[in-house]
Amino acid sequence: MNTLFVHNKITKAVFVMAGLSMMTLSSGVTAQGLGKISGNEFNPSISLILDGRYTDIDSSELELPGFQLGGEAGLPSNGFATGHNELVMSANIDDSYFGTINMAIVHSDGETEIELEEAFIETLKLGNGFSVKAGQFFSGIGYLNSIHDHAHDFADRPLVYDAIFGGHLVDTGLQGTWVAPTDLYLSFGAELTTGSKFPSGENEGNNEGRAFFLKTGGDIGISSSWQLGASYYQSEFDVREAGGSHDHGGDDHEEEVTIDNELLNGEIDISGIDFIYKWAPKGNNKQTNFKFQAEYFVKNESGLAEFVEGDASAEALYAGKQQGYYMQGVYQFMPAWRVGLRYDHLKADNKFSDFEDNGIDQEEFLEESGYGTADEPNKFSIMLDYAPSHFSRLRLQYSELDNGHDETNEIITLQYSMSLGSHGAHTF
Amino acid sequence: MKVIISLTLLLIAAPLQAKLNVFACEPEWQALVQAIGGEHVNTYSATTAYQDPHHIEARPSLIAKTRRADLLVCTGAELEIGWLPLLLRKSGNADVQASELGYFLAASHVERIEVPVALDRSQGDVHASGNPHVSWDPYRLQTIAKALSKRLQVIDPSNASSYQQKLKQFNQRWTAAIMRWEAMTENLAGKKVIVYHKNWSYLLKWLGVEVIGDLEPKPGLPPTSKHLSHLLNVTRDNAPDAILIANYQDDKGAQWLSDKTGIPVIHLPFTVGGSDQAIDLFSLYDEVLSLLIKGNG
Repeated sequence: MNTLFVHNKITKAVFVMAGLSMMTLSSGVTAQGLGKISGNEFNPSISLILDGRYTDIDSSELELPGFQLGGEAGLPSNGFATGHNELVMSANIDDSYFGTINMAIVHSDGETEIELEEAFIETLKLGNGFSVKAGQFFSGIGYLNSIHDHAHDFADRPLVYDAIFGGHLVDTGLQGTWVAPTDLYLSFGAELTTGSKFPSGENEGNNEGRAFFLKTGGDIGISSSWQLGASYYQSEFDVREAGGSHDHGGDDHEEEVTIDNELLNGEIDISGIDFIYKWAPKGNNKQTNFKFQAEYFVKNESGLAEFVEGDASAEALYAGKQQGYYMQGVYQFMPAWRVGLRYDHLKADNKFSDFEDNGIDQEEFLEESGYGTADEPNKFSIMLDYAPSHFSRLRLQYSELDNGHDETNEIITLQYSMSLGSHGAHTF
Repeated sequence: MKVIISLTLLLIAAPLQAKLNVFACEPEWQALVQAIGGEHVNTYSATTAYQDPHHIEARPSLIAKTRRADLLVCTGAELEIGWLPLLLRKSGNADVQASELGYFLAASHVERIEVPVALDRSQGDVHASGNPHVSWDPYRLQTIAKALSKRLQVIDPSNASSYQQKLKQFNQRWTAAIMRWEAMTENLAGKKVIVYHKNWSYLLKWLGVEVIGDLEPKPGLPPTSKHLSHLLNVTRDNAPDAILIANYQDDKGAQWLSDKTGIPVIHLPFTVGGSDQAIDLFSLYDEVLSLLIKGNG
């Protein structure tokens, strides 16, 4: 029943490589019979993230009025599901380059898909604080954007990431960063990417994405450390199709009406700030520690909005300003046990002019296209997790999502997230 | 104009007389670098004696320090695997990458004990390259000091003779100290202890002290009540002389076992800075050894 959709040739090749290197590993084990696996020494370090969950949710349809959803934005389905299982391989390529690939293996609606999350190389020896990344990567903007979901402190992404970026801002291109030679951490980054992925859209040159970010941070005494970041993203596109990867479920195939929900000749810019503060007694986070984190993003977008349903259509000049923030605190009150609270808030302000009704009136247009605003969506989450070792974590989370239509969606998630293979990185 | 010229001169001149910036991952290596590098090095330690060096994050201040380092001196043997590779990648510093002379891992210059026979995470957070806590064998430390001096001579040839001289002085003092330490700890041989984690293995092997149990059920996992009651049974048949705990480790399990059995808990500074007395490697060894002697009455 499961069909394997391989998105592109690279993914396929790498998957074969993964299989091959695993074969080498097992033959190495039998040949040596000891811990030293000489045949495997030059293979990339491999780690596998296993994620599974049980969700109790009122409605799996994510609706955030005023936000056109795209990318991976969505809500989990009710009941048991495998989550974001990830296969990661990375290694120093030689003395000058590091390389890594990260694939998510996702199973939904009876289909297994491999999604390429990241595949990039990075320079090691440019020196003077410079490094360059090339390939597909999670943008360096914000704080959580470049951190994979399994390393987040909650079972789901903050609402603002889903609403503004469709999950993560991930694209293909180049990234340059420079770390200043100062005692206070100061780092600048710039990215040039295709700009073809949500929240941007298809563009002729396939090179319209621009991102800039600045990060600074340091320690306060021996027990605390902090980081402050500012980000900017900008792109132009010919056409952007709205709608998340998760369809609306239910009664599909009943009526075959073509629905097109597009933004034409669009421009988009996103600004954001992020702040992280961590505390651990004497800097020893093993027993107890506390982490506070908050991020804010505001997105301006404009273009010609077009909505087509069968023979009827509507269009209008659109300019939207959408913003959102979250703040969260996570406290490890004893070894292995953490409790966390998070609050999410969104606000959309969308303006239209030159509305043209070709069988769809303005009210219907606003509702169907996702541009229509309502009250400000917000979400409250509380989680408890237990990590008996460095490599395993079990999590229980309760969330209340108010989508702005006076409907509260209660979500209970029971999740496991495990890491096998090479040791994970302790990102700040 | 004059100001600009003198500023420019200052900028050009500064690197010439600059000291070598050495980033040590742990205080014991900072102390060793200070002993060998003397006035020619600026040192910084990424961790303190109160932190578990396995659990550090690649936080902003450490990236900034790595960016400016001429030399990294770390334990290696996967002790810093969670954060050191990340620091290297994020720092943009070509000189300290793993392929370069500015990257010095102490444990890779000596043989490690407790190299696991099978690599399986069901055995806990095991280190594939063996026990990394090599600084607690005074002989291995001497080998590392020699390698470190050589490395400093290569990186900073203009001060090579100083690094040679300082190593000689260190060796003389250290050899004398080993003789003194071995004489004063003679009676410890054959004693039995329970440890929290395997971070004293080299020391106890050197002293001939037997480890009959670990408070951690598996390396890296916090003590569980089930495991503690198992240890309680072990001590009934085979009574240890002491429970050893480093002062960055949680002592609840050790205290519980001590209350039940009357076996004394000895709190030890694991590394330099772990107590008021332990200000360098000599005083650290002095203090730990005298605490062990005192604790064993």
